[in-house]
Amino acid sequence: MQQRRELDQVYTNRKLLNGQLDTPKWWAPTVTILGIGVVIGLFVIATMINKGLGVTGLGRPVYWGLFITTFVFWVGISHAGIMISAILRLTQAEWRRPVTRAAELLTVFSLLTALVFPLIHAGRPWRIAYWILPYDVARGIYPNIRSPLIMDPVAISTYLTGSTLFLYVALLPDLGNLRDRTTGWKNAMYTVLALGWRGNPRQWKMQTVGGILLSALMLPIFVSVHSIVSWDFAVASAVEGWHSTIFAPYFVIGAVHSGVSAVVTMMALMRWLWGWDDFIRPEHFDALARLLIVVATGWLGFTFLELIFALYGQDAPEIALREMQILTWPWNMLFIIFLLTGYLIPVPMWLFKRVRTNIALMFWTSILVNIGMWLERFLIIVPGLARRTPFVYTWEAYRPSAVEWTILIWSFAWVTLLMLLFSRFFPLVPLFEQKESQVFTDDVMIGRAKVPAIVREAE
Amino acid sequence: MTTSILGLFQQPEPAADAMDGLKEAGFELGTFDVLTGTPYPEGAFGEHVPQHRLFRFPAFGAIIGFTLSIFLTAVTQLAYPLVTGGKPILSIFAMLIIMYEMTMLAGVIATVIGIIFESRLPNLKPGVYDTRITEGWIGVVITFDDDAKVSEAESVLNKAGALEIKHA
Repeated sequence: MQQRRELDQVYTNRKLLNGQLDTPKWWAPTVTILGIGVVIGLFVIATMINKGLGVTGLGRPVYWGLFITTFVFWVGISHAGIMISAILRLTQAEWRRPVTRAAELLTVFSLLTALVFPLIHAGRPWRIAYWILPYDVARGIYPNIRSPLIMDPVAISTYLTGSTLFLYVALLPDLGNLRDRTTGWKNAMYTVLALGWRGNPRQWKMQTVGGILLSALMLPIFVSVHSIVSWDFAVASAVEGWHSTIFAPYFVIGAVHSGVSAVVTMMALMRWLWGWDDFIRPEHFDALARLLIVVATGWLGFTFLELIFALYGQDAPEIALREMQILTWPWNMLFIIFLLTGYLIPVPMWLFKRVRTNIALMFWTSILVNIGMWLERFLIIVPGLARRTPFVYTWEAYRPSAVEWTILIWSFAWVTLLMLLFSRFFPLVPLFEQKESQVFTDDVMIGRAKVPAIVREAE
Repeated sequence: MTTSILGLFQQPEPAADAMDGLKEAGFELGTFDVLTGTPYPEGAFGEHVPQHRLFRFPAFGAIIGFTLSIFLTAVTQLAYPLVTGGKPILSIFAMLIIMYEMTMLAGVIATVIGIIFESRLPNLKPGVYDTRITEGWIGVVITFDDDAKVSEAESVLNKAGALEIKHA
């Protein structure tokens, strides 16, 4: 049930623009600490590029490790944006309103971060130009578009460009609002960015129709991106545990699971840090948790299907891999943590409304999910390579080095820093959506019960 | 010289009355408009429902993207024929993925261009405006080529209950 609050537009402006019109006290110290962390991370990346990949734990046969795991993880997180924004917009779910901007933002920043990992993982990133950028070189060789290494950048850059444009178009009314509330250089900046927004019926109609149209266009891209990322593995027929035909939907649903959980984490932080209790309410966490129960259960089904398909074939190397993944130390410990954090702890908890509407519990369970989802990617990628196979002379287990762990931590600091910098200049909750909800909602009496009713226009 | 005036209202009903009054007074559709800080249901102010051609943009973009994708996937591979692993130069499945992404990308870019164009943005001369519109006030703006009709418009706005009238 909607927990309707009567909020006038002046109050909505004051509360939701508090990050732009005033600087919260915690903002500068937090940004400084994160900034220092990011600089340290960049220094480590520069050192790695200078010294070479020898400073990592990567080598033969485990040539894809923490970097590619983290790449898949951030691409997964990026699926939050379109899942929330596009699907909920198309289905006109009323509870989407405070969630959409944060979700779209998470898409853009996590994709930007994801892109870093394959680049630095290449060892000499500048050489990537030889096999990605379509330009003629003296050797007469052109990028080989048959390679999945070309499909990945094409899919991710399509998703990143589309998501960024989607974010900007939906920001236009709020940029007009910020223009009206600021002076000096900030006013000049918002005036330029708002493109002369006035709020006439034509502009509002374009926001509505354009939002639906873009959502419909972004949805197939969203499905394709993680499918293509999964094919990086699925087409490697020599590696057991990778060449699975269900990888595309399995990766997509896993991405939605981790992405929506990341949105829950972010929503809780936004409510606590900016004091948006009137806008981000327990009902929103309740709705997100209900969605997560369905998504997580679907994802768990795919997890077991993958195992069942692998064992059903009775292929000895495949069975050996699964034995190692599930029964051999330390992989079995990781597998148990993955199952517990990815599903067995959070989902049964979410079955209770008391948990779904408890923001602290939702925050911690959503973090658990993402620990589990990161481990899931690690367990997909590394054991397949680390398994002892004939004719491989190196049988050492993979031990990620301090450099890899530092770069992994850097990616979290980097995404958080980008979010906080964005929040200083642009609203994290779409103001016009909040105000629209006030215009389109009213209380009606049914018998003796007063219930909120939402008006919808027929398109 | 083109001038414009803006009547400000706090409630939708008087703003809708002002729009009706302007129609009755013979002002042409397109010379007056309503400005709000939030979307209202279409026709809430009895306003002229804008026609648009937004749906053509993604189709147009997709055609361009598809054409470019054929160039990238097929023409370039034929121009630089390098056999790898005995596989054909034109690999349809791999090509389809890139063609799909490029078609969608161009469709999205064209849609965004369409949204901005159909919103009549960028609007370099926004004209008379009031910042209270983004605080919930409703503005009815009238544009004139003939100054003789200004007083008539003002009287319509005042009769409808405008709280303030601004000139530009």
